[in-house]
Amino acid sequence: MDAVKPILQIENLQTHFFTKAGVVKAVDGVSFDINAGEVVGLVGESGSGKSITGFSVMGLVDAPGKIVGGRIRFQGEDIAAMSPQQLQSLRGNRISMIFQDPMMTLNPVLRVETQMVEAIKAHDSMISKSEARARARDALGLVGISAPEERMRAYPHQFSGGMRQRVSIAIAMLNRPDLIIADEPTTALDVTIQGQVIHEMQRLCEVTKTALLWITHDLAVVAGIADRICVMYAGRVVEQGPIASTISQPLHPYTRGLMGSVPSQNRRGQPLQQIDGMVPSLLNLPSGCAFQNRCAMVSDKCLSEIPEPIDVGEQRLVRCVNVGQEPAS
Amino acid sequence: MKPILTVSNLSKDFTKPLDLIAKLLNKVGQDNKEEVVHAVDDVSFAVQRGEIVGIVGESGCGKSTLGRMVAGILSPTSGSVEFDAEQTKASDLPQALQTQMIFQDPYSSRNPRKRVIDIITEAPIFHGLIARKQKNEFAAEMLQRVGLDPDTLQRYPHQFSGGQRQRIGIARALAVSPELLVCDESIAALDVSIQAQIINLFVRLRDEFTLTYLFISHDIGVIEHISDRVIVMYLGRIVETAPISSFLQTPNHPYTKALLAGVPRLEVGKREYEPVSGEIPSPLDPPTGCHFHPRCPFASERCQREAPLLRELSAGHFSACHLNDEAQP
Repeated sequence: MDAVKPILQIENLQTHFFTKAGVVKAVDGVSFDINAGEVVGLVGESGSGKSITGFSVMGLVDAPGKIVGGRIRFQGEDIAAMSPQQLQSLRGNRISMIFQDPMMTLNPVLRVETQMVEAIKAHDSMISKSEARARARDALGLVGISAPEERMRAYPHQFSGGMRQRVSIAIAMLNRPDLIIADEPTTALDVTIQGQVIHEMQRLCEVTKTALLWITHDLAVVAGIADRICVMYAGRVVEQGPIASTISQPLHPYTRGLMGSVPSQNRRGQPLQQIDGMVPSLLNLPSGCAFQNRCAMVSDKCLSEIPEPIDVGEQRLVRCVNVGQEPAS
Repeated sequence: MKPILTVSNLSKDFTKPLDLIAKLLNKVGQDNKEEVVHAVDDVSFAVQRGEIVGIVGESGCGKSTLGRMVAGILSPTSGSVEFDAEQTKASDLPQALQTQMIFQDPYSSRNPRKRVIDIITEAPIFHGLIARKQKNEFAAEMLQRVGLDPDTLQRYPHQFSGGQRQRIGIARALAVSPELLVCDESIAALDVSIQAQIINLFVRLRDEFTLTYLFISHDIGVIEHISDRVIVMYLGRIVETAPISSFLQTPNHPYTKALLAGVPRLEVGKREYEPVSGEIPSPLDPPTGCHFHPRCPFASERCQREAPLLRELSAGHFSACHLNDEAQP
């Protein structure tokens, strides 16, 4: 594994929002790497900072939000230090993003064709219009849209939800990016359509060796497609590691609770192992571990100190003071 | 035992009236037809007392319309909903009270300008179930039953989190001591860990209040966990209904199989999604014969022509598929 060079390195990223009510530490000390061609799942509940992490990488954090610390290095270059022009040439070209709601991403008054050609020309001013059109058509065909030649003349509202998401995937893949950030790309879709979209993404990323950061609240989706997983809670990554060992043997109490919360046919009739309480307000985080008020294993140490990531081997990191103290269950 | 709820040949059509221009054009000889959506098409089923019946399907399958007709919010175009109230309870109360509905969005289904205490007690006071002076006591007890602090009685809905608001919605529904709860995507808007809390609450309340549930959801994991019996709908029709054990072990209808195959599972190891092809057709213009035939891998010429009828395969397990006729001479 040492030979693989990370394509994206996030080190101690801090993205804070300076609101009237106080400073919201939406992302507070997040570190992880993504290797070339790797699929990383970023999992968390609402308010955990998973989307803001994605936005920070894309340079899409707007005021009152600001990246106040840490480094994001993409292929060795620091994104946080880039000028807006440099960022622009990166976005949609070497890194692209897919959002939850494709109706919000696509311009409703432009034909799909126009939007796709625009995205190609923005990064390659030399290309002729007919060439760009041909590339757009092929991209639509790749994501499984039948009759792309006719369909690219249509407006976004003429597509169904699943088809629209395919169009935005096609746009994201247009310039053969090295990294795609997908923020809840299948959450708004029906089950059979979700299956189709996951299938296409999996296939495309395998063929083009594109790295994928899949942001979602749904642990089960990530379990089936990711190589590695990062679990976020209240702005921090509380556990990260290879998918197989993390899912089969979660170490952080939050990861365990999250997995116990997922209903499945194997545990019919038994109550779900719920996590009591709710996510604390980011405006007013307790000192110490942010999970303390919901944790069954809480001790005095949890109340006073913020747990540092502990390396438990097999490339796994866990932010919990109880890990390593006792044999993990 | 007599079922608590008997739905027979229930249908609901929504008609889009012709606009002025179409009406005028009709006068001069054009033939513009009104557009009709058969949201629910000749649906029959029965629910036993104490049962949790899950209704599952994708968007546009009519599951919410069905739930609303059962709850008495929509009146059916044809067919009937019969409700068998327990004799011991005051039978002069309106039937509408016996069936209560819990909605998806706990915020838009509450009056934001009413305090929690009024939200919970308005209906029981109006119907004379409790005296006005018992209001405080009653509301406090209801809140405790759903796991909320009775001190929060005087607060407004916006002062609660999503999960707490859903608990208020449940307390409001239970306040008129209904026998049947229709839960329409009641947990879809909640975070995973909060979902688990509410699912556990639903199961606990069933025993405490001897409730019967009609649990409508697109989430098959949730349906598998909670239901005793499952009804699968596709474009307004029931395609399969089965006790949970046969639903999981021997799903019969190709659509049910496709649904089950498409669910992301929390399992170790990458999985290949082999999605069913095609889109969900528009309910305005459903395919002829079996609605599923354009997406079905086993479709034959007969499927295009003739709509299959529900047919019993084993005790309580019905499926509407022509393949079953061929299998058994």
